[in-house]
Amino acid sequence: MRTRVIEATVRALMQAETRLPSWVMQRIEEAASLETNPLARSHLQFMLENVRLAEEGSLPICQDTGLPIFHVQMGRDRVLDFSLQDAIAEGVRIATSTIPLRPNTVDPITRKNSGDNTGPGMPDIILDHVDGRSLKITAYPKGAGSENMSLVGMLNPADDPYDFILKTVSERAANACPPLFLGIGIGGSFDLAARLAKRALFNMPGNSPQELQLLKRLNNLGIGPMGLGGDTTVLGLKIETAFCHTASLPVAINFQCWANRSATEVII
Amino acid sequence: MTKFHLRTPLSSADVQKLNAGDVVFLSGMIFSARDKAHVLMREKGAPISLEGAALYHCGPLIRGNTVLSAGPTTSGRMARYTEEVLARGVRAIIGKGGLPGAPFLNRAVYLAYPGGCGAAAALQLRVMGVHCQELGMAESLWEFEALEFGPMIVAVDSHGKDLYRDVRRSAEKQMTK
Repeated sequence: MRTRVIEATVRALMQAETRLPSWVMQRIEEAASLETNPLARSHLQFMLENVRLAEEGSLPICQDTGLPIFHVQMGRDRVLDFSLQDAIAEGVRIATSTIPLRPNTVDPITRKNSGDNTGPGMPDIILDHVDGRSLKITAYPKGAGSENMSLVGMLNPADDPYDFILKTVSERAANACPPLFLGIGIGGSFDLAARLAKRALFNMPGNSPQELQLLKRLNNLGIGPMGLGGDTTVLGLKIETAFCHTASLPVAINFQCWANRSATEVII
Repeated sequence: MTKFHLRTPLSSADVQKLNAGDVVFLSGMIFSARDKAHVLMREKGAPISLEGAALYHCGPLIRGNTVLSAGPTTSGRMARYTEEVLARGVRAIIGKGGLPGAPFLNRAVYLAYPGGCGAAAALQLRVMGVHCQELGMAESLWEFEALEFGPMIVAVDSHGKDLYRDVRRSAEKQMTK
């Protein structure tokens, strides 16, 4: 079983790094067909071309092959007699040398690179227990360009969270490789809001009236692909909420670049 | 919006004829440097000639001598070094996300390569040399031969125009509506 987890991890990373989920490609294609700014349209078309080249050559779409982040959904009836963290880490090490991935993880203080994309806290595994026996492993390699622009705001309860989101995106989008996907967490605590935002990226895209309204307001900013202007600033967003303290309003925005990479492997 | 095919080293005439919004394809030698390589260049000087050079903000993925993926990294992290690299003769900085425009006035341009397009960029680059390898793959200073490297957008020109600033200002205006 441990071997199967390791192999599934390698396969999920290979898939995630070299091709995009079909729904992501569809969003970019739709945006390219609707975009009225010629420079923006040519950017979107070049992005699509880049994904095709990556697929053909089994090349990583982006040289920033990301931090190893995984969402694991584990059946309650399954018992593991090994460390899931260690097995997935082993898969990350193998993927780093075989795909290959750029060695990205470093000690935060000494900046020394482990060379294999693992280290204390890495890979980061977000674990849910679900009904049944299957083990579902989804790789979400996360690039630093978009992650660096992410923000948690501890707002005043009287503040408007949507104003905060608009202001943050307008100031930071250009550095995060737009057009973007946004995971938004509203409520909870300082750290829960951030985790809600990360989980929102797993449950993308949202279609509630509030989400569609926010999407429209963000695209009206005209920031466009790579921050050089255009109709397409945000390709999708999802809002996750939790109850918070009556005196608090935490709002977290997790930026995700256009290359919204993920791939799932299921072990039955 | 004019399309240019240029070759390094860049002359001041090359730089002057470029206007914000133009598209550039670049051939010849370009070199990559990120955060740590800039620190080293400040302390020890550059290991290569910077006269007319194109500096690429990039942390490539390379196996052996083959470039596998090499799109741009966020230039903003290196903003503190713009003045000194331009003073040493760099005439084009390539990256994504932009840099404050003032240091570029009358001497250099900022070229935006589409972010995330690492596979496409890799097919336009060949490894010619590497310096500061002790910094690791992403942070080393790589010398590349560029073959029609682009499309890049002139995002900051040498005449004071900055597309990112214009877009940011119009977004701010839109927000207060």
